[in-house]
Amino acid sequence: MITFVKRPEPSKIWTIATPILAVVLTMILGGLLFAAMGKDPVAAIRTIFWDPLFNEQFAGYSRPQLLVKAGPLILIAIGLSLGFKAGIWNIGAEGQYIMGALTGAAVGLALYPLDAWWIFPLMVIAGAFGGFLWAMIPALLKTKFNTNEILVSLMLVYVAEQILASAALGFLRNPEGNGFPGSRNLSQIPAMSNPELITGTGAHWGVVAAFASVVAAYVLINKHMLGFQIRLTGESPRAARFAGVKDKLLVVFCLGTAGALAGLAGLFEVTGPAGQISIDFGAGYGFTAIIVAFLGRLNPIGILLAGLLLALTFIGGELAQFMLGLPSAAIQVFQGMLLMILLAMDILVNYRVMIVKKESA
Amino acid sequence: MDFGGINPVILLASLMVASTPILLAALGEMVTEKSGVLNLGVEGMMITGAVCGFIAAVETGSPTLGFVAAALGGMALSMLFAILTQIFLTTQVPAGLALTLMGLGLASLLGQNYVGIKPPSLPDLHVPLLQDIPFLGPILFQHDAVVYLSLLSVVAIWAFLKFTRAGLVLRAVGENHAAAHALGYKVKLVRFAAIGFGGAMAGLGGAYISLVRVPQWTDGITAGIGWIALAIVVFASWRAGRVLIGAYLFGGITVLQLNLQAAGAKVPVELLSMSPFLATILVLVVISARRHGASNAPAMLGRIFHSS
Repeated sequence: MITFVKRPEPSKIWTIATPILAVVLTMILGGLLFAAMGKDPVAAIRTIFWDPLFNEQFAGYSRPQLLVKAGPLILIAIGLSLGFKAGIWNIGAEGQYIMGALTGAAVGLALYPLDAWWIFPLMVIAGAFGGFLWAMIPALLKTKFNTNEILVSLMLVYVAEQILASAALGFLRNPEGNGFPGSRNLSQIPAMSNPELITGTGAHWGVVAAFASVVAAYVLINKHMLGFQIRLTGESPRAARFAGVKDKLLVVFCLGTAGALAGLAGLFEVTGPAGQISIDFGAGYGFTAIIVAFLGRLNPIGILLAGLLLALTFIGGELAQFMLGLPSAAIQVFQGMLLMILLAMDILVNYRVMIVKKESA
Repeated sequence: MDFGGINPVILLASLMVASTPILLAALGEMVTEKSGVLNLGVEGMMITGAVCGFIAAVETGSPTLGFVAAALGGMALSMLFAILTQIFLTTQVPAGLALTLMGLGLASLLGQNYVGIKPPSLPDLHVPLLQDIPFLGPILFQHDAVVYLSLLSVVAIWAFLKFTRAGLVLRAVGENHAAAHALGYKVKLVRFAAIGFGGAMAGLGGAYISLVRVPQWTDGITAGIGWIALAIVVFASWRAGRVLIGAYLFGGITVLQLNLQAAGAKVPVELLSMSPFLATILVLVVISARRHGASNAPAMLGRIFHSS
């Protein structure tokens, strides 16, 4: 009979090994899924994970896309990871992402057609602020009334989507757009655009911000008192309270930071790759970032790698859709499977697997 | 008898239809949570039920078989959650999120060839005599079997938890799993069953959306109803009767806002569409502010049980 014995401390080796194992196992099970759908599993996996980077025909287009997609995922996941570490479950990053984009775009468009160097930086600040404010709703309700932040943050995603719709159809609609929904194309307004900084890399300001957030989070968690308090609260809330951790302040900090980073991600997206506020602007980055945060073990460097990998599944998924007719939902299932397998493997990190002979009663 | 283009009889009758999916899913989740397990995957299980039910109903031509398939589909997905949380001892919040992400993807994958098809319709059961009561008759007694089933299950679940031995064991597991284990109850088995029941009920609720309420298959058809069901369990402070009130309250808001949209009320459509979610937040705040900590939540809610 197999039993699990709790480890006194999480295993360091398994902490690093399980995400890699989970990816491999997901590839195998995903391959089986694709085979069940009548696709060649090896070709499908190669199209998703290899061709976007190394195929001569596609890599030229796909490689820069890697950073374009990974940027927002990493930025959002870094913010989420702080809260997740402390047991604060913000699952509404998608809403904060949308609100950041809306606030930033609204500030920029209010100044149109002014052309000045400070407009884009002002929009960046407004974007972060918009996401921050949206995250303050669950944060303040949690600290004031002890309202469940999981449900409130998630409900606010649906609210944000409606505000987005009304912006695209109404108050931010392009007055010169012949009545079509959607705002002016921000990426084509020099004062508001977030261009590719180095040609051929896909790196825009959002990618720079993502890398900066990785470094900042690393320092915060490993070198700063606040990071220690976050970890302590996650591991033992009671001990944290005795140690003088202000838990309400922590809720505000974790949710606020996550909101601001998600808002930034939204702003960089709307001024760059997406280009404009449209009804379907929310592309699910906020939800995929949850997978990124867990796959990266809530560790900044892990999140960086996990963000790149999940970005690869998006790009590879599109390629597989185009080349093999693999439905885009299959990639969604694949990503969900990855998270499940990873969570299942957590047992190896926290428990020792022992085989004992069944005792006779 | 019209008020601003809205007929109150039709409004109230459609309120019952709109509330049924929320009621079914919330009841199932309540039983799961009573056993001490927080499954955030309701949305995923609902949409999986919705697609399984839709496919089965279209392929067999029988809505009844559709609902059976929906319950099985929802239960099958919930078993993934049960295996994760009960065998692999995973934290329940991320496991539930994973279930929702998985369910949304799976449903979209399974349903891709069923977009735009009309499913066979579920016949209404007209309750003899009662249906002829003026005003109340058309509102209460001209619905399909699932509406009555959902109302019956409110009573059944209430009675099960309050009066039966099995119900007592389920509650004991949810209040103190270590003590229940020491008394010889199979904590994990009970939780497996509770999770499975929750999955089946969510599946039924989902199928009610795709087969009766809409009735059609589109991606993301549950549109957040699973999350509202989760909130209603909190609102109801884990009591079956209050789940009914909560579900009908939210069904009412949904129907009212849809009717106002159709009647061309001078309120932005987006504001009406977001109203159920705003109301949910409001209700959650009121409930949590009033109770201040000492809530009726099962004591072991969300905790991992590991006997060593």
